Amino acid sequence: MIGTDLPALSIADLQSLLSRREISPREVLDALLERIDTVDGGLGAYLSLDIESAMNEAEHSNVDCPLGGIPIAIKDIINVMGQPCTCASKILHGYRAPYDATVIQKLRGAGAIPFGKTNLDEFAMGSSTENSALKLTCNPWDLSRVPGGSSGGSAAAVAADAAFGAIGSDTGGSIRQPAALCGVVGLKPTYGRVSRFGLVAFASSLDQIGPVTKTVRDAALIMNAVAGHDPLDSTSLNEPVPDYTASLGKDLHGIRLGLPKEYMIEGIDPQVRDAINAAVKQLNSLGAEIVDVSLPSTEYAVAVYYIIATAEASANLARFDGVRYGYHTENPKDVLDLYGRTREQGFGPEVTRRIILGTYVLSSGYYDAYYLRAQKVRELIRRDFANVFHKVDALISPTSPVAAFKFGERAADPLQMYLADIFTIAANLIGICGISVPCGFAELDGHRLPIGLQLLGKPLDEARILQVAHNYEQSTDWHKARPPIYSAAQKPKS
Amino acid sequence: MAGTSDLDVAYVARLARLTLTEAEARIFQKQLEDVLKYVEKLRHVDVTGVDAAAHALPVFNVFRDDSPRAWFTAKQALSNAPRQANGLFVVPKVVE
Repeated sequence: MIGTDLPALSIADLQSLLSRREISPREVLDALLERIDTVDGGLGAYLSLDIESAMNEAEHSNVDCPLGGIPIAIKDIINVMGQPCTCASKILHGYRAPYDATVIQKLRGAGAIPFGKTNLDEFAMGSSTENSALKLTCNPWDLSRVPGGSSGGSAAAVAADAAFGAIGSDTGGSIRQPAALCGVVGLKPTYGRVSRFGLVAFASSLDQIGPVTKTVRDAALIMNAVAGHDPLDSTSLNEPVPDYTASLGKDLHGIRLGLPKEYMIEGIDPQVRDAINAAVKQLNSLGAEIVDVSLPSTEYAVAVYYIIATAEASANLARFDGVRYGYHTENPKDVLDLYGRTREQGFGPEVTRRIILGTYVLSSGYYDAYYLRAQKVRELIRRDFANVFHKVDALISPTSPVAAFKFGERAADPLQMYLADIFTIAANLIGICGISVPCGFAELDGHRLPIGLQLLGKPLDEARILQVAHNYEQSTDWHKARPPIYSAAQKPKS
Repeated sequence: MAGTSDLDVAYVARLARLTLTEAEARIFQKQLEDVLKYVEKLRHVDVTGVDAAAHALPVFNVFRDDSPRAWFTAKQALSNAPRQANGLFVVPKVVE
């Protein structure tokens, strides 16, 4: 395929070339590894690559499978047998996964090659990937800015054509927000739609695995492979999995989209607001009916989230004790000293902060005031959405109130960072699905920075939001734009 | 809801098995008091008669067959242990 820039292809286009035997999986992998070699020094998206296994899998892959021979990048919080799984934390230093997560088994079953692990905020706690203890990941549109987070490595890799597609995890927006800030597509499926067996747990009632891709169709293709029931995850839903590509291309007539008035708050960057307003007009012109709706409990979502997420994290992260895997402190004087110093030395500041907060809100005398009350307000948020979903098929909002921010701009103030998740958090609290799709650019300091449009759907209604997102995407050129790091990589080597 | 001054980071860190330096405890104390002040807004919500939320799609009584299946061998389970002996994890002595 002389003249084709292979790494720039979508999964759908790649799959079609592979199944027609016009290219081989080995050529695809070689081209991708060359691209990673060219751009990832400046980007910092990957924490590890398993080239030897990937080569072997490419030689033996069946290109007639739905994702046959297609390399997929994996957020480094999901276990891939034989590869490290660092969670971007020092505490998992030296760990190698002794098993495949269910999502990895399913990807392999569809012929995909999980060849490399991408950077993240430590244990997925953050919105900028600055909390990685291992590496800085840059936004490919402006290397002085964050890629978003926590799945920042996955989103940056896909945006820079250093991955055809990636798997992320989303606890409060960690797939959708970096997808928005890097100008790619990110889908958070319904809670329980994709098995989490083998995903290192952060907040068990919120975590969900999903795809980060160049196009909406690619997200649907990955969902076809990874969705479904798993007896090893008791929260996974035993519901039939539709063909998520089937609804793509259907027009939007008869579809009602809600515009929550609480989501057009002060603090939204005016360029983001303009882009969303233009997208709403566009969706309307494509046939969707736009309906003003209200979600009165919206202002409480961030507070509820940071009580529930930290409470669950404090319990989940108790397993890191220096005994069974990962880092352990030297010469402990007793077992409490082993736990205390291993954890203090192994966890970064944000993880430590959240464990302390979570322990506090669950502790005797405070449980009712914080945790129980937060769970009740969570129910009020759920009722808001249930009421609105009687009137509309999906909701529209910005994915993030701002475009990519500079390194350090929010890192000093944890609360400011938490407020970056204001539009994405509710979907996790109530378990519904959501997608971010590129909808324009903000101009800042002479850089074009992507803006994401979020669509939130009813439980198990992924097909509907994929349909709306696809229709919108195909009526615009936003998804075809490529970041400057890409053009730099295109220059002939001297 | 409790006042934010109730938070004693050094004490809670001990509960969470985290050995903090005094400097770390001081920084976290300030930052977490800010977060607790922010979440105080939940105090103003009327939650009378509201049940605590579970999940979007409630699932109950999740069982699977209690049947043997292939799983980790002891060797695999120990493959990442920092210290091991005789097929067991090694921990510091916990009894006198």
